[in-house]
Amino acid sequence: MAKIKYHILVCGGISCHASKSEDILKNFQDLIKMKGLENEVQVIRTGCFGFCEKGPIVKMMPDNTFYFQVKPEDCAEILEEHIIKGKRVNHLLYRDPVTQEYKSDSQPIGFYKKQIRIALRNCGFINPENIDEYIARDGYQALGKVLTELTPEATIEILKKSGLRGRGGGGFPTGIKWEITRAVKADQKYVVCNADEGDPGAFMDRSVLEGDPHSVLEAMAINGYCTGADKGVIYIRAEYPLAVERLKIAMKQAREYGLLGKDILGTGFNFDIEIRYGAGAFVCGEETALIHSMEGLRGEPTVKPPFPSESGFLGKPTNVNNVETYANIPAIFLKGAEWYASIGTAKSKGTKVFALAGKINNVGLIEVPMGITLREIIFEIGGGIKNDRKFKAVQTGGPSGGMLTEKDLDTPIDYDNLIAAGSMMGSGGMIVMDEDDCMVAMAKFYLEFTVEESCGKCSPCRIGNKRLFEMLEKVTQGHAVMEDLDKLRNLSFVIKDTSLCGLGQTSPNPVLSSLDNFYHEYLEHVGDKKCRSGSCKSLMQYIINAENCIGCTLCARNCPVDAIAGERKQAHLIDQEKCIKCGACMEKCKFNAIFIK
Amino acid sequence: MADLKKMQENLCAKIDMRENNNDGDTRIKVKIAMATCGIASGAKEVMEVFIEEFTKRNIDAVVTQTGCMGYCYAEPTVEITKPGYEPITFGYVDVKKASKLIDKYILNNELVDGIIPVNYEKIDNK
Repeated sequence: MAKIKYHILVCGGISCHASKSEDILKNFQDLIKMKGLENEVQVIRTGCFGFCEKGPIVKMMPDNTFYFQVKPEDCAEILEEHIIKGKRVNHLLYRDPVTQEYKSDSQPIGFYKKQIRIALRNCGFINPENIDEYIARDGYQALGKVLTELTPEATIEILKKSGLRGRGGGGFPTGIKWEITRAVKADQKYVVCNADEGDPGAFMDRSVLEGDPHSVLEAMAINGYCTGADKGVIYIRAEYPLAVERLKIAMKQAREYGLLGKDILGTGFNFDIEIRYGAGAFVCGEETALIHSMEGLRGEPTVKPPFPSESGFLGKPTNVNNVETYANIPAIFLKGAEWYASIGTAKSKGTKVFALAGKINNVGLIEVPMGITLREIIFEIGGGIKNDRKFKAVQTGGPSGGMLTEKDLDTPIDYDNLIAAGSMMGSGGMIVMDEDDCMVAMAKFYLEFTVEESCGKCSPCRIGNKRLFEMLEKVTQGHAVMEDLDKLRNLSFVIKDTSLCGLGQTSPNPVLSSLDNFYHEYLEHVGDKKCRSGSCKSLMQYIINAENCIGCTLCARNCPVDAIAGERKQAHLIDQEKCIKCGACMEKCKFNAIFIK
Repeated sequence: MADLKKMQENLCAKIDMRENNNDGDTRIKVKIAMATCGIASGAKEVMEVFIEEFTKRNIDAVVTQTGCMGYCYAEPTVEITKPGYEPITFGYVDVKKASKLIDKYILNNELVDGIIPVNYEKIDNK
């Protein structure tokens, strides 16, 4: 059998599709057939190459040449020159905007990519259950370097210079946190890895732990060396069994190799790690609540100060960092603080991992440099909104964050800009909403979550959020009056100002940000008793159009609550009092006589 | 420390070979994304198909698991590296497509729909 020698890959991403990639594909197929090359050359459609502004993109294999802004009429030239004569078609190559040179990039090209993988550098590359593969990719080199060449002070200095800030959402500078813990004198200190990932729709930390557990272990050991701790604890939710399993395997292998335990690498430094399980409570992501849960107490927060760095786990100084923060650290020591600080914006350095979810084509885990815009994330990396619907908003920061809208699409993403825009970085959940989503219902969804997850210790959070939720429910059911909207806002501020911990202090954010950005939707719910997206069921009505209805009785027979009345061959009527808005009638009607108002 | 360096260099060479196929190693490498999400969408069954078919057809290949590749929308995802070729990532690989990949791509060098181009920068290229 003749084997295929050349492959032509045509980008099938949304924006290339819009610029005629289908015609390109078809032209290639026709030309190949015409020249009788079917057994040697194959054309295939691929996923997005991620350089949409230069699309459509065509990649030639096996020599990995990329052609940009290809037009359907270029196909003949590419086939003739590139495949038959073996010469590159110069004018379709990438042209460097600065030097104006044409780049023929048979080398892996790095110049157009929107994503940089630092925390995820090994995810999807190595076998997470094999320490050798981690070591081969420079694993434990950072620990070795720190232990043998650097003092704890110098190590912290590098971390400070890198500009790394806490990836759990707060954005506190990691180096300073370490320095504070180091400065406290105590006979025993602890370092903790916060793997209690609780935002709805977020799975960044789970993916890191499942794909590259050693990077977290290594960074925790570096943390121990710097802060003066010889014990590390990973607090992870029991709902992540695979992550736990792989962590256990990783810890066992690291001990066997002498990279955890006594006298690591012959330097006299002792450090070992144990795992503590959480029962999956959102509040336990807050560090004081997390520490209490680790101690076997109820997962409830306490007032800071004292900060964990002074009095944390078992009353000892404790340094808590998040999984993704740790995953960045070995790379910083291998490649240098300057390198790390060269990525990102003035005050937010490096990259951030986001779990992209919701009404988006390419749901996935992405790692992007700080300073990228939402537009690039949603429309280029994410491939745009599902089913060609219109973008409405994106929620960052989970239930603690806010909604970003059209006007924020071109804001460079970093800690400070997101706060200025009324949201927050959060741990990295990013939920995209389209025109079919009701913003009041979204705020209600997040409040429902917070009400469930509130630990109940302080009354603003326990009672206040419940009241917020009830008011939102009134709005979505069409029972609210205008005063309720003012009450919503006022109560939100009270909860923010008076709650004990971060959970309550941020829980009204989705309400406030939806009030700020989508006040008109609230007004419609309250004033006109209407939900423009049609997702608030209480506010919609199924109506029978008497002109189309022939009186077949099919709808009446299928109504589960007998809400439809009417004689045979006469137009039917829906009793709105009885109707439960299940939509069964509309589904059954063969004459398009039922519509939603 | 010196030991670690040595070990790293040794292993690195070995993995390098695996990644780049510049060692004349003629074995085909198949990596399957097996984080929770991959497994939930059937990566384990896909891995079994690869292992079974390779044994049955006497194809000399290495099948390994790896972590999340980030393409949740296209799970299960599989990366195939043929000697002398760049690694290619295929998405939406169910049991049926796994056999198709063996028939078409591995044996006949014919590509199959569902290719996901690498659209991120790795830090070791920097």
